[in-house]
Amino acid sequence: MYRYVGRRLLQSLVVLAGLSVLLFTLLVYTPGDPVELLVNALPDVQPEDVARLRRYYGLDDPVYVRYFKWLRSVAHGDLGYSRTYAQPVTRLIRQRLGNTLQLLSAAFVIAFSVGVAVGIYSALHQYSPLDYAATLLSFVGLAMPVFWQGILFILVFAVWLPIFPAGGMLTPGVAEGWPALADRLRHLVLPTVVLASAGMASWVRYSRSSMLEVVRQDYVRTARAKGLPERIVTRKHALRNALIPIITLFALSLPAVLDGAVVTETIFSWPGMGLLLFQAVLGHDHAVAMAVLLFLAVATILANLVADVAYALVDPRIRYE
Amino acid sequence: MARNAVTLAPVAPAAPAQAGEGYWRIAWRRLRKHHLAMGGLMVIVVLIAAAVFAPWIAPYRFEQIDLLNRFARPFQAGHLLGTDDLGHDVLTRLLYAGRVSLLVGFAAAFSAVALGTLVGVVAGFYGGIIDNILMRLTDIVLTLPVFGVLLLLGRYFGGGLIAIIVIIGLFGWTVTSRLVRGEILKLKHLDYSDAARALGASETRIIFRHLLPNAMAPIIVAATLDVGGAILTEAALSYFGVGIQPPTPSWGNMLQNAQSYLWTSPWLAFWPGMMIFLTVLCFNFFGDGLRDALDPRLKI
Repeated sequence: MYRYVGRRLLQSLVVLAGLSVLLFTLLVYTPGDPVELLVNALPDVQPEDVARLRRYYGLDDPVYVRYFKWLRSVAHGDLGYSRTYAQPVTRLIRQRLGNTLQLLSAAFVIAFSVGVAVGIYSALHQYSPLDYAATLLSFVGLAMPVFWQGILFILVFAVWLPIFPAGGMLTPGVAEGWPALADRLRHLVLPTVVLASAGMASWVRYSRSSMLEVVRQDYVRTARAKGLPERIVTRKHALRNALIPIITLFALSLPAVLDGAVVTETIFSWPGMGLLLFQAVLGHDHAVAMAVLLFLAVATILANLVADVAYALVDPRIRYE
Repeated sequence: MARNAVTLAPVAPAAPAQAGEGYWRIAWRRLRKHHLAMGGLMVIVVLIAAAVFAPWIAPYRFEQIDLLNRFARPFQAGHLLGTDDLGHDVLTRLLYAGRVSLLVGFAAAFSAVALGTLVGVVAGFYGGIIDNILMRLTDIVLTLPVFGVLLLLGRYFGGGLIAIIVIIGLFGWTVTSRLVRGEILKLKHLDYSDAARALGASETRIIFRHLLPNAMAPIIVAATLDVGGAILTEAALSYFGVGIQPPTPSWGNMLQNAQSYLWTSPWLAFWPGMMIFLTVLCFNFFGDGLRDALDPRLKI
C-alpha cells in the first residue's frame, strides 16, 4: 500500500512539474508582458526607462532563469500582483475561493445524488420506459451547451417569470442574517442547476454502466442462487461494488466540472474563480490568469491522487498491479 | 468529459455472420439497426449538405444588412427567422455559421485524433521510457483546466479559423492517445504481430499493416465523438468572444451577439444554441451507435 501511494505521489510530482513548465511557457509566450502594457498605457515613456524596467522585472533574462525565479516565488506563496485589481493575486483568490466552492459543492451534491440514483435505477430496470427516458436525457445533458442552457434559464426564470435573479450573488440592501442567507440561496439556484445538469448526465451514464457490469458478475448470481432476497442482493452485493469505480469519476470529471464552472460563473456573474479567470484573460491580467489556472490544475492533481488512494483502499486488487 | 458505455437499444444478437462477410460489413449491418445512430447520421448529412450548399439555399448574402428591418421578428419583412441588430437575416447566417462550425469541428477532431493516434502508437509500441514520458504528458494535459487555457490562447492567437482548429486540436488528443495506446499494447503481443516480426517485417510495416488497422474501432469512435466535442468547444470560445470573430458568422458568436438583446429580442438566442445542441447531440448518437456496432466493450 505504501509503495503504491509513494509511486502515485511521485507521479503526481512529475505531472506537477510538467504542468508548471507548460503554464509558464504559456505565460511567457502570450503577448503583452507587464512593461509592454505599461508602455501602451503611457505613450511618453522613454526607451531607456523601458529598458530599465525590463531589467528590473528580469524580462530579458533567459527563459529558464525566469522560470526558476517564478517557481521560487510561487513556492513562497507569492502568485504575483494583479494589474487590474491592484492587489496581490493570493488575496483575490482567497476572496473568490469560497464563492466557487459554494457553487461547486451545491452543484456536486445535486448532480451526484440525483445522477447516481437515476443511473442505478436505470440499470436495475434496464429497457424500462424510465431507463429510456434517463438515457435519452443524459444524452441531452451531455450535448447541451452550458452557456446556452444558462441563457435559456435566465430568459425563462429571470425575464419571463421573474422568480430568480439573473445573476450576481446578492441584492444590495438586504438585511443581514436570515434574509441575506435566503437572498444568497435565491441567487445560487440558477447557476447551480445549470452546472449540475451537465455533471448529472455523466453520473447517470457512469453509474448505470458500472451497475450493469456488476449485476452480470458471478458473485451476484451466487448471492441470488443461495436464496438471498433480491433487496439484499442489489443493495449489498451489487450496489456496493458498483460504487467503487465511481470514485475515479469524481477526480476524472473535475477538470470538466471546473470548465463548466468557468462558463457558469461568467454567465451568471457569480463572483468566483471562474469569473476571475475570464476577466483576467480579457483584461490582459496574466498574473491572475496564470495563478487561477495553476490553482485549478493543482486541485485536480490532488483530487486524482486522493481518488487513486481511496480506490486502492477499497479495492485491494489495484495495489498489486 | 467522461463518456462510457451506454447501450440505448437492446443490442440485437448479432446475426450469424455469413460466410465471407467482413468485419466492416457486419459492423454496418449492426449500425443500421441502431435507430438513434441512423437518425443522428441522417441529420448530420442534412446539416453538412445545408452547409455545403449554403450559398444556393440561403435567401440572402450573409453579410447583407437590412437597416430598415433590424430586429425583425420571425416571419416578418421576408425574414423567416427574423433579423439581428444590424438587420442580418438570421436563417442565412445560421446556414453560413454551420459551415464554420462543422469545418472547425471536423478539422479540429481530425487533428486531435491524428495527434492522439500518433502519441498512442509511439507510446504503446516502443514502451519503456518513451511510453512513460508520453503518458505523463497525457496526464499533464488531462489535469489542465483546458477551457481556461483555450480562453487564454484564443484571446491571443484566436480569431482565425486555422488558429481555432489548431488550438482545439492541440488540447484534445488525450482521450484518443490513451485508447490507442491500450489497444496497441493489447495487439502487439498477439500471434500475428509476432509472426510478422519473425518474418522480418519492418517496424513501420508492423504498425501500419498489422496494428493500426486493428485499432481502428476506438479511433473511429473517438473521432466521431470528438467532432461534437470540438463543435461545442468552438461555440463556447466564440460565445465568449475569443473564437471566430464577426463578421464571419459562427453559432457561438451569433449567440454572444444575441445575449445583448435578450430582453428585447429573445428569439435571436434560440436558433444558434439549438443548432449547436442538435449537431452535438447527433454526433453523440452516431458515435455511440458506432461504438456499439464496432466494439461494444470500448470504454469511451
